[in-house]
Amino acid sequence: MEKIKKIKTPLSNELIQDLKAGENVSITGYIYTGRDAAHKRLIELLKEGKKLPIEVKGQIIYYVGPAPTPPGYKCGSAGPTTSYRMDPYTPALLDLGLKGMVGKGLRSKEVIESMKKNGAVYFAAVGGVAAVIAKSIKSSEVVAYEDLGPEAIHKFYVEDFPVIVCIDAKGNNLYESEPPKYSK
Amino acid sequence: MMKEVNLSTALREEDIRDLRIGDVVYISGIICTSRDMGHLKMIDVTEKSEKLPVDFQGGAVFHAGPVVKKQGDKYEVIVIGPTTSIRMEPYSDFIGGLGVKAIIGKGGMEEGTSEALKKFGMIYLQAPPGCAVVLGEQIKRVKDVFWMELGVPEALWVLEVENFGPLVVGMDSEGNSIYRDIKIKGKKLIEKMF
Amino acid sequence: MREVNAKQIREKVKELFLDANYCIGEDVLNSIKEASLKETSETGKNVLSMILENYKVAVEEKIAICQDTGLAILFIKLGQEVHVNGNWEEAINEGVKEAYIEGYLRKSAVTDPVFDRKNTKTNCPAIIYTDIVPGDKIEFLVTPKGFGSENMSRLAMMKPADGPEGIVNFIVETVKIAGPNPCPPTIIGVCVGGTTDQASVTAKKATLRKVGEHNPDQRYADMEKQALEKINNLGIGPAGLGGNNTSLWVNIDYKPTHIAGMPVAVNICCHAARHASGII
Repeated sequence: MEKIKKIKTPLSNELIQDLKAGENVSITGYIYTGRDAAHKRLIELLKEGKKLPIEVKGQIIYYVGPAPTPPGYKCGSAGPTTSYRMDPYTPALLDLGLKGMVGKGLRSKEVIESMKKNGAVYFAAVGGVAAVIAKSIKSSEVVAYEDLGPEAIHKFYVEDFPVIVCIDAKGNNLYESEPPKYSK
Repeated sequence: MMKEVNLSTALREEDIRDLRIGDVVYISGIICTSRDMGHLKMIDVTEKSEKLPVDFQGGAVFHAGPVVKKQGDKYEVIVIGPTTSIRMEPYSDFIGGLGVKAIIGKGGMEEGTSEALKKFGMIYLQAPPGCAVVLGEQIKRVKDVFWMELGVPEALWVLEVENFGPLVVGMDSEGNSIYRDIKIKGKKLIEKMF
Repeated sequence: MREVNAKQIREKVKELFLDANYCIGEDVLNSIKEASLKETSETGKNVLSMILENYKVAVEEKIAICQDTGLAILFIKLGQEVHVNGNWEEAINEGVKEAYIEGYLRKSAVTDPVFDRKNTKTNCPAIIYTDIVPGDKIEFLVTPKGFGSENMSRLAMMKPADGPEGIVNFIVETVKIAGPNPCPPTIIGVCVGGTTDQASVTAKKATLRKVGEHNPDQRYADMEKQALEKINNLGIGPAGLGGNNTSLWVNIDYKPTHIAGMPVAVNICCHAARHASGII
């Protein structure tokens, strides 16, 4: 089993620059959740010059719509959703100081350029490992858009949430660098 | 200036090279049907150096599979209409090599066929789609049928026709193609829209 | 005539959807274990071991394997000697609703797909395919279908001339375009033939066939083997992070079709290939 780098939120610029594509990381601290509908609303607020319901600077957003919470858990199964759907909304949030995103799947050129410009990292959580991830969520509260149900913005406290640095702040991208090594 | 022409089989290369897209043609004489499996069978037979049941020199191949009725030991065509030609695109060079001078179908074909039409002096004729009753009436008689093991629609039907048409020249032996022109026009419109 | 009550149908549907969402099939589990032994990428091995641990946690603690507990699809064989007492469709939908509410499964169904997109809050309506067959039993095969993989599926109206090579290339290209999105290693279900609708439904059913079993027709089995080899040569790997296990299996089924056509439907299923079957 490879070495795991333990990191805490909020993420500092120093830490961001230190993380390299391919590193196994475990996250401890508060993270926010948001997917399609929530992102749409956040960007609409930004366009209208209004204040956002959450503090984005230094934070991590996890693209997830969790399942309902069973007894004995703080959150239901919570694996990542496919990130590319949030691409149109992401550069604006990175400009505001968002430092980390957790999801799965490719990101657009525009998002990667914005990550390099602003200093941010994209982590991959493994899709379908939702039960294991649920166990790392120690508390969960809805902080915005309750009407969106599973798509609401939650604030999770996570302990040792396992992720992989997928695209680092220098633009090194595992989805681009790794498959060619194994293709025949 | 579009012209209307009556042609008889065996079709002559000089008559074919004279036709341009938009011209209207009526064919009298013999035409043969062939679709997906029929073309593959022709290639298979030729590759095995066996003889084809029909001499295709100066001939016309019609992309179609008729509905037929058997009367005693003779067949009668009830209705017949063109099928989508693009599926036979891979075989145009082979067909030209057999001496075919006209390919009749619907929807047009692509650049490979355009090159074959130029090379062999062939034309592509668009038959009116969905007019199977009218076209069926222009079939005078079924002269012969081969390869019935492929099923009635895919067999090689040898048909005697009189003023079979109207058939519009969709692609000519100069490399012109109504279908290509429409595609280019359409692409420009799409670019304008988006 | 054998009487079956709507209540029995409701209870069976509920039981099966809970089972499908918590317990992965033995064939899939074994396939992932085999893959992790063959995997040469360290990240890939890591991902596969996380997946195995997740299956264990899910079945032990009765928590959903994946938060995308999908849309509820049922393939039912209804014996023609069965008389259903009650409303058939209502009973099935009630069973789904109960499973999704009581089982802490996510409700992911929305009403109209273009404008309101309002969550139905019950994960209904279920998508029900019923075949009437001889006999007096009702056989259920249910699958919760997540959309990460569903979104990567494709249909092509190919030409007969495209042949087996064209079909294999289309399958491989579909997986290549999908990349990491459908949560590799995936299970690919393919149907060649039929019509657009029949091909699509049959491809979905093909994803539920046992992993490790080939089509009994050798010619189709050869296409399955070729497609799987080419897919795994893409190097996409577990979670798309590189490796030699991009797909666990390819199942190709076929249906009679029109002389002018060769529809090919490719349905991708993620590694959490969840399904359950039962009989009343």
